[in-house]
Amino acid sequence: MSKIHVNTSINGDTTEFLCEADEPLLNVLRDHLHLTGSKEGCGTGDCGACSVTMNGRLVCSCLVLGAEAEGAEITTIEGMADGETLHPLQRKFLEHAALQCGICTPGILVAAKALLERDPDPSETEIRYWLAGNLCRCTGYDKIISAVMDAAAEMRGG
Amino acid sequence: MQYAAPKSTAEAARMLADAKGVARVLAGGTDLLVQMKSGLIEPDLVVDIKAIDGMRTITQEAGGYRIGAAVSGAELGEHAGVRALWPGVVEALELVGSTQIQGRCTLAGNLCNASPAADSVPAMVAAEATVRVIGPDGARDCPVQAIPTGPGKTSLARGEFVASIHLPARPAHASDAYLRFIPRTEMDIAVCSAGVSLVLDRNGTCQTARVALGAVAATVLLVKDAAAALVGTKLDNAALDALASAASAAATPIDDKRGTVAFRKEVAGVLARRAAVIAQQRAGSEKGADT
Repeated sequence: MSKIHVNTSINGDTTEFLCEADEPLLNVLRDHLHLTGSKEGCGTGDCGACSVTMNGRLVCSCLVLGAEAEGAEITTIEGMADGETLHPLQRKFLEHAALQCGICTPGILVAAKALLERDPDPSETEIRYWLAGNLCRCTGYDKIISAVMDAAAEMRGG
Repeated sequence: MQYAAPKSTAEAARMLADAKGVARVLAGGTDLLVQMKSGLIEPDLVVDIKAIDGMRTITQEAGGYRIGAAVSGAELGEHAGVRALWPGVVEALELVGSTQIQGRCTLAGNLCNASPAADSVPAMVAAEATVRVIGPDGARDCPVQAIPTGPGKTSLARGEFVASIHLPARPAHASDAYLRFIPRTEMDIAVCSAGVSLVLDRNGTCQTARVALGAVAATVLLVKDAAAALVGTKLDNAALDALASAASAAATPIDDKRGTVAFRKEVAGVLARRAAVIAQQRAGSEKGADT
């Protein structure tokens, strides 16, 4: 079976790749493009570890076909830091020790960034509901929520 | 497996009709890709309908809204017009899955996946929504409740797919609401659910009602006795008791790990009652309700 040729944009860079028709975007990112920041926790859209944005929408890349990326704008965790300078969310996750094993962290950072772009001043409850699809088996979530709130305050200039 | 992204509904219908083996429609993919991953289905052809005009748009039509089959929960929730006209339908779809799932999941997909516990389906049935089906012979319209015929089964013929859903116009002093029971606050499948749509007169007396229940039968139930209990009343306690009794009596659920028959029957009545009260409050708080 011939592979599908896809033209897309990933973290602002024009990118092309070949994929199988039934290959999820997550596999394309990790196995073909070597962008291994996005993780496969479940592969069925339950855990959020593979979160990316597609045309500005937060999605699970395990539930998107690579072929669907044609003409789309994808952002991944690899596009979050500016060179050596961490995004405020990344810095606050380190300061608050909001990660342990780290598998869920890229997805949570991508999801939290998508939230703060929509709402720079979310309540704790809003953050918890927004991140309900990002499972973490280590931290118990409190440090993650604190880090997001602190990053939001800093980004607002508070 | 082959992947195709046709540009027209006619082309999509032809591909689905001519496919050798198993063909599936892809809109949001939040059920399809999970079923492929688990090996439940192994499609020979997946037809992505998102490149077709109208699949990703919401347009005003006949005083209501036509919602393309690939409009996501997030997009529907951001549409002020639909949210104002049919808040119960919007809140029902918004209960499906996480933020990530909301970025992709659709009303049409929730309907065609044909889960008895689908959240948006009782709300759409209560709203008397209609479905535009495209097939090899052209387009036809049918009521939402005609699509699911059992768990995972639909009435769609080979080559047919749902292209859009129409939420109708609504008179003044009317609204809807949807509630479900889950044992937590987020990210779960309905144990039991109820959608209620009401039309009141200027004095608050119920003119017409539609009550639909989810997850208490193989398909969504439209409970006419429950609706009849509200008509001609101002939703006093006696009317709400009669509504709840009728809803509980109509429910024919199964026992499973998420709930028992007795629990689901009881909760069907409770949710129908609470949803009716919310719909009444929304209808009564409309601008001009007291004039």
